[in-house]
Amino acid sequence: MPDISALDLARIQFAFTVSFHIIFPAITIGLASYLFVLEAMWLKTGREVYKNLYHYWLKIFGVNFGMGVVSGLVMAYQFGTNWSGFSAFAGSVTGPLLTYEVLTAFFLEAGFLGVMMFGWSRVGPGLHLLSTAMVALGTLISATWILASNSWMQTPQGFEIANGIVVPVDWWAIIFNPSFPYRLVHMGIAAFLATALMVGAAGAWHLLKGQTTEATRTMLSMAMWMLVGVAPLQAVVGDFHGLNTLKHQPAKLAAIEGHWEHHEGGVPLLLFGLPDMEAETTHFSVGIPHLGSLILTHSWDGRVPALKDFPPEDRPNASIIFWSFRVMVGLGIMMIALGLWSVWLRYRGSLYTHRGFLRMALWMGPAGVIAILAGWFTTEIGRQPWVVYGIMRTADAVSNHDISSLAGSLALFVAVYFFVFGIGISYLMHLMRLPVRHGSPEPEGGPGQPRQPMRPLSAPDASFSLESQSHNAKES
Amino acid sequence: MDFDLPMIWLAVILFAIAMYVIMDGFDLGIGILFPFVKDKHDRDVMMNTVAPVWDGNETWLVLGGAGLMAAFPLAYAVVLSALYQPIILMLLGLIFRGVAFEFRFKAPEREQAFWDKAFIGGSVTAAFFQGVTLGAYINGIVLSGNAFSGGAFDWISPFSLFTGLGVMVAYAMLGSTWLIMKTEDKLQQRMLQVTRPLVGLVVIALAGVSIWTPLAHPSIAERWFSLPNFYFLSFVPVLVAISLYSLMRELKSGYDRQPFIAALIIVLLGLFGLAISIWPQIIPPHVTIWEAAAPPASLKFALVGTLAIIPVILVYTIWSYRVFKGKVRHGDGYH
Repeated sequence: MPDISALDLARIQFAFTVSFHIIFPAITIGLASYLFVLEAMWLKTGREVYKNLYHYWLKIFGVNFGMGVVSGLVMAYQFGTNWSGFSAFAGSVTGPLLTYEVLTAFFLEAGFLGVMMFGWSRVGPGLHLLSTAMVALGTLISATWILASNSWMQTPQGFEIANGIVVPVDWWAIIFNPSFPYRLVHMGIAAFLATALMVGAAGAWHLLKGQTTEATRTMLSMAMWMLVGVAPLQAVVGDFHGLNTLKHQPAKLAAIEGHWEHHEGGVPLLLFGLPDMEAETTHFSVGIPHLGSLILTHSWDGRVPALKDFPPEDRPNASIIFWSFRVMVGLGIMMIALGLWSVWLRYRGSLYTHRGFLRMALWMGPAGVIAILAGWFTTEIGRQPWVVYGIMRTADAVSNHDISSLAGSLALFVAVYFFVFGIGISYLMHLMRLPVRHGSPEPEGGPGQPRQPMRPLSAPDASFSLESQSHNAKES
Repeated sequence: MDFDLPMIWLAVILFAIAMYVIMDGFDLGIGILFPFVKDKHDRDVMMNTVAPVWDGNETWLVLGGAGLMAAFPLAYAVVLSALYQPIILMLLGLIFRGVAFEFRFKAPEREQAFWDKAFIGGSVTAAFFQGVTLGAYINGIVLSGNAFSGGAFDWISPFSLFTGLGVMVAYAMLGSTWLIMKTEDKLQQRMLQVTRPLVGLVVIALAGVSIWTPLAHPSIAERWFSLPNFYFLSFVPVLVAISLYSLMRELKSGYDRQPFIAALIIVLLGLFGLAISIWPQIIPPHVTIWEAAAPPASLKFALVGTLAIIPVILVYTIWSYRVFKGKVRHGDGYH
């Protein structure tokens, strides 16, 4: 591959490691809040099913959280190892934001995680609920800081440049930069949606296997309510986010639309097309007339930015983000459809028995995660060729490693991540196939004996061989 | 009053590194010691002694990285790029070991031996490359302008390989003295046996670095041996000698906590000594903390939060160690 440059390899490495990483915190954010709701419902209603579901999902939360920690460690160093130009230039903004993330979020999560995971019979119910709440809060605080940092790179403000580096002038403006509120809400909802789809798929799987219990029904039911409420809201938030992009990053928007030049009349919304960066056109385009203008400008003939407004070296790659955007939106529409279908079936009284619906809920299990990845590919590739939009080019941000160093490290990351996280994800899947148990799962220590509670990732207590034998037996 | 913000930040980052070494050093050491203990149940106990706490331990490494980026972005950029290969290998070792640590308890019986090896391999790799990174850092980083301009393999030198081994034996000593404190009977006896030769190796490592660095770097020789520095700084080697002596005595006397505390003091003094050698450089040998510092607006903004929140974090951490205090026995923990 003679065309691959060191810059490409560094970008592939970052994309690869961050794509793996983002899956785990996204699910962590959603599950932590879900666990908080379950525990609060248990305390409020006293219904066993909420407690049992809490312990069931707590194990999955533990495994997922641990993988987020290890994959996140790499991210904390990769800005320096691979993007030294960026770090030297903008570390004065990114560094303090990440420091605040570590201090206010990572340590908060770590501090209360132990009690949340293992303190069920060691502290009172109120304190335990508080611990779950603090962990959930920690995940949201973490998302807030990291998205402030990312959004600043998309829509930078509140700084000046002196001696070739960024000098912060107004931290309020830096944190609350124009795209931050939209990105925060959009990503927060996405995490909830991805988790709801995962929980719903697990419930659907059990129901399809004939394990119709109060627990499996509750799992599916709660997930579908979340979907009904939040998937349409996400479409609205996404629309606002798009308008924000139109205002601050018009080139990204033009690339998403596959829109090359201005014509008389309104802009169509392309449903299909193959944007070609060389030929400066979108092949085989199929669109709905005027709909692009209508969505983006809320008028019949509104003008939408076109890629030819920008010099070729300032254009993001439309061939990729035209499609990654459509994958995200397409999945979002399917989420809304699944939610509506659930309402209809609920009304008909066949929510837990309609096999076609349950199959769709099962297959939509990974849809939230895929949509998150597609959305991030859209916004990050859409920011190119800039690393800090309009201020610093990605090509100037990269460390100057030779190709063989980068090829070696990339190969190592790919091998280790697929192996380690592949096994971890298979373990998560395995846990979700287990039946929901009754009663408190905690081993009790002898009186006066300092016992060694299990650590988060070790909460799943049985070995593979034991569990797979028992997974159909318990529930009836 | 005007504070010397870069100095305060250097102290904060050294504190984060020291916390990391204190807290992750012994648990990496346990992985390094694994080959010396064959019994499966003893190995379970060894892992269970650190099981509840090692997650939080690694957060200090993240804080070190983020703090360095916030306070000394230039150093973060240049040093991490220059030491690319050993840092990547260290991170992969930490990942591999962290997850291997988890999967060992859940894997089917036949795969457990594999995860034992992965745990050993990951721990050894992470510890060795932390040491190599340290050695290569002390050796200095080739700059032109404000960017690294050396080669990809500059980090390999006899000195950096020596510090790699030095950090390994230091972590192993922390691990063995930790286990003396946390275990009983046969395993504790075994750890008493291995600690003595480990202390010998640590003495060699400390002596090696103490002789090697002033010979190789005139500035370091001048820092320690010029007058009056010599009088002020000689307390460091004196304290090291006292701690080594008391560690050896305590190994015989049967106290189980003191050896670990002495070992911690020795390792921290070693770290402190290196900081004295290098100060005020942050990218040795030419760039000082003041030259690499972020703008005051960044230093101030991040410092407010850091100083306010770290005490709270310490309260959590001490609390969680207290929850898990006491000996760990066969059968405790995972099952």
